[in-house]
Amino acid sequence: MDVVSQLQRQFIDYSASLHREGFVDDQFTQLQKLQDENSPDFVVEVASLFFEDCEKLINNMARALEQQQGVDFKQVDASVHQLKGSSSSIGAMRVKNVCINFRSFCEAQNREGCLRCLQQVTHEYSLLKSKLQTLFRMQPSMMAVDCVLLSLVGLGNRSVV
Amino acid sequence: MESCNCIEPQWPADELLMKYQYISDFFIALAYFSIPLELIYFVKKSAVFPYRWVLVQFGAFIVLCGATHLINLWTFTMHSRTVAVVMTTAKVLTAVVSCATALMLVHIIPDLLSVKTREVFLKNKAAELDREMGLIRTQEETGRHVRMLTHEIRSTLDRHTILKTTLVELGRTLALEECALWMPTRTGLELQLSYTLRQQNPVGYTVPIHLPVINQVFSSSRAVKISPNCPVARLRPVVGKCMPGEVVAVRVPLLHLSNFQINDWPELSTKRYALMVLMLPSDSARQWHVHELELVEVVADQVAVALSHAAILEESMRARDLLMEQNVALDLARREAETAIRARNDFLAVMNHEMRTPMHAIIALSSLLQETELTPEQRLMVETILKSSNLLATLINDVLDVSRLEDGSLRLDLGTFNLCAVFREVLDLIKPIASVKKLHVSLNLAPDLPEYAIGDEKRLMQTILNVVGNAVKFSKEGSISITAFVAKSESLRDSRAPEFLPVPSDNQFYLRVQVKDSGAGISPQDIPKLFTKFAQAQSTATRNSGGSGLGLAICKRFVNLMEGHIWIETEGLGKGCTAIFIVKLGIPERLNESKLPLMPKVSSNHGHTSFSGLKVLVMDENGVSRMVTKGLLVHLGCEVTMASSSDECLHVVSHEHKVVLMDVCVPGMDGYEIAVQIHEKFTKRHERPLIVALTGNTDKATKENCMRVGMDGVILKPVSLDKMRSVLSDLLEHRVLFEAI
Repeated sequence: MDVVSQLQRQFIDYSASLHREGFVDDQFTQLQKLQDENSPDFVVEVASLFFEDCEKLINNMARALEQQQGVDFKQVDASVHQLKGSSSSIGAMRVKNVCINFRSFCEAQNREGCLRCLQQVTHEYSLLKSKLQTLFRMQPSMMAVDCVLLSLVGLGNRSVV
Repeated sequence: MESCNCIEPQWPADELLMKYQYISDFFIALAYFSIPLELIYFVKKSAVFPYRWVLVQFGAFIVLCGATHLINLWTFTMHSRTVAVVMTTAKVLTAVVSCATALMLVHIIPDLLSVKTREVFLKNKAAELDREMGLIRTQEETGRHVRMLTHEIRSTLDRHTILKTTLVELGRTLALEECALWMPTRTGLELQLSYTLRQQNPVGYTVPIHLPVINQVFSSSRAVKISPNCPVARLRPVVGKCMPGEVVAVRVPLLHLSNFQINDWPELSTKRYALMVLMLPSDSARQWHVHELELVEVVADQVAVALSHAAILEESMRARDLLMEQNVALDLARREAETAIRARNDFLAVMNHEMRTPMHAIIALSSLLQETELTPEQRLMVETILKSSNLLATLINDVLDVSRLEDGSLRLDLGTFNLCAVFREVLDLIKPIASVKKLHVSLNLAPDLPEYAIGDEKRLMQTILNVVGNAVKFSKEGSISITAFVAKSESLRDSRAPEFLPVPSDNQFYLRVQVKDSGAGISPQDIPKLFTKFAQAQSTATRNSGGSGLGLAICKRFVNLMEGHIWIETEGLGKGCTAIFIVKLGIPERLNESKLPLMPKVSSNHGHTSFSGLKVLVMDENGVSRMVTKGLLVHLGCEVTMASSSDECLHVVSHEHKVVLMDVCVPGMDGYEIAVQIHEKFTKRHERPLIVALTGNTDKATKENCMRVGMDGVILKPVSLDKMRSVLSDLLEHRVLFEAI
């Protein structure tokens, strides 16, 4: 396909790089598959919801961890659990991995560890947010690009890109 | 002296004469009296004497004769009348008895004589029997010898041993001086001395085979006496004046394997004979007896049989050795081939991965590079890099595909899929490219085309894509039309492929796809090359468009795998061309009976329709998760109600909901309690919705808990679209689903 338009190629490459760098995994691809003429903005909607959720949860966790007189680890754990669920639903791999670590620190009631993880989570989340926003900006020929992506990925592992 | 009436004057009694007479009479009487005594004595002794009566008679006769003679003693002198009377009585009696005896003897003597004759006869008979006994014994011995010889001969399957043993045993049995075997040479014109009994190393004498004596022997199956002076018998230098013993020769048939037909026992009209010559010891005056000759003949036959057995055995051993050698060689070749294949597969696997990874990096990074600020020269360079690497990537893929196809290890992944969807997808893929080139693409699907078909969806799409892609590639302007319809038998045949004999059947149909383009076309002589690997049409127009030349070869392989045929028709250069292929696809049975295997990868594509309107309740505390699950289900055509807490779930759930999907990843037991409460709410089984747990936990405890509270299934998160689809169908069919955790 050496005549594919620049934009489409860009999108493909960018998406591939997200995959490769571990920002998103297969689940994200699944979500993209769900996007069709009936729900053309499915991925965007889910992603926005995810961002909102994330920010809320991160704020909760920050407040809980800042408590000087005894951190309520149960609450933190609950939030982390939520975050883990959300990130795995959307396919945000890196965020999910940080959450897994976060949980073990919570169980160990390690405040320092938790704070570090929180920092990491925040960092990963913002990275992902910017990447996804870039991706969504490339969207105009989303439909056709989707199909290209679908064909490239769906036609099995013989595809390179 | 008494007066007597005798005429002659009485002699004067001579005293001496009188005395002699007196004595003789006395002795006679004595003898006569003793004979019967002896007779009685001996007869009493012997058990068998048939003629007692005769004996008595005879005894009486003798006694009376004796009495007479005794009484005669008194008559020499003057005797009284009493004596005379007694004498007379005695004589009379004697006369009577002797006459009776005489008469009796007439009967008896012939009898006695005949006894004698019989005795002689019996003696002769006994002699004869003796002779015969001797003969039988000899024969029996001969038989024993033969058996022993045969046993010796047949106890070995080695040709030399057989022959040697024969000679040795014969020599021993018959006490021969010399025994020799002449075998025909390869040419068949001479007989060569092969084995002898006494001489250890036969010196390879040969005699021509057509000697009269040899012919005589060969023409009869009996042992024939021959002259000791004939060439075959002259084995030793004649020493001195010894008389050579008698010589006998017999033929030994040499049977060939080819003589043994199944229904056709070999007659001894085989041409090859060996000659066995046997010599009795010289100066022994022995003669060849009949039984000895018979022995020799029997042995000769046995030898023939034994030799043929040995020959057969040799043949079969040779054949077996040959087979073993061949087996070993084949085994080696097979192992080598396997090693080669394994090496190649390993190489391919490594190539597969190792080559793709850097390619991936190159392509991704160069495209990222493109986005940055670049000078025009730099941009040009980056574009070239990208183009070349894309090309290389395609080439790698194609090569790896082809080698897998070559391997024969490629098998179609059969499944049910939406045929129209495939075409639409191809169209969608191609449209952007075509629109850039300002080509118009149109798709015509025949109305009788089945909506669903059974086949390898991926490869079919690949084929269509390849063909359509080629059409787009090689057309600079104009339009491309894709037509698809069910091929009937007339349109199935292509005159150029007489070996393609499509046979439509009840649950299969032939799909015919025609892609017509208005491009540069192809010259007719290039058409056959199109489908061969790596060959490219030489015209410059095509050369510039790139392509590895593998695409159509791969398509051809796929089409062949689908029992179809692909070809290209063209009117000539500049007039565009039409690519046509026919493939065989299956017609699925009614979809809702989902008899199809549910494999996670191959989407048993029931399509949206089988779930349309299915009411599902999704309970998940996590908003994103909930939305994603809803999206999945909506995509599958379900009607989704959402609940974000257990209370809301219980509130909303009704008998209209067929399935409840609840997330049980929450800490605590909420999810399980809901299940219990749903069970309580819907007492009748058919009203109750199926409860399925969605969980990210992979431990057994979760699964057991779910089962305990009466859930109908457990699914592991994350759920892909295909998995959701297959899970729902499975669930609806079996009403239970427990994924292996």
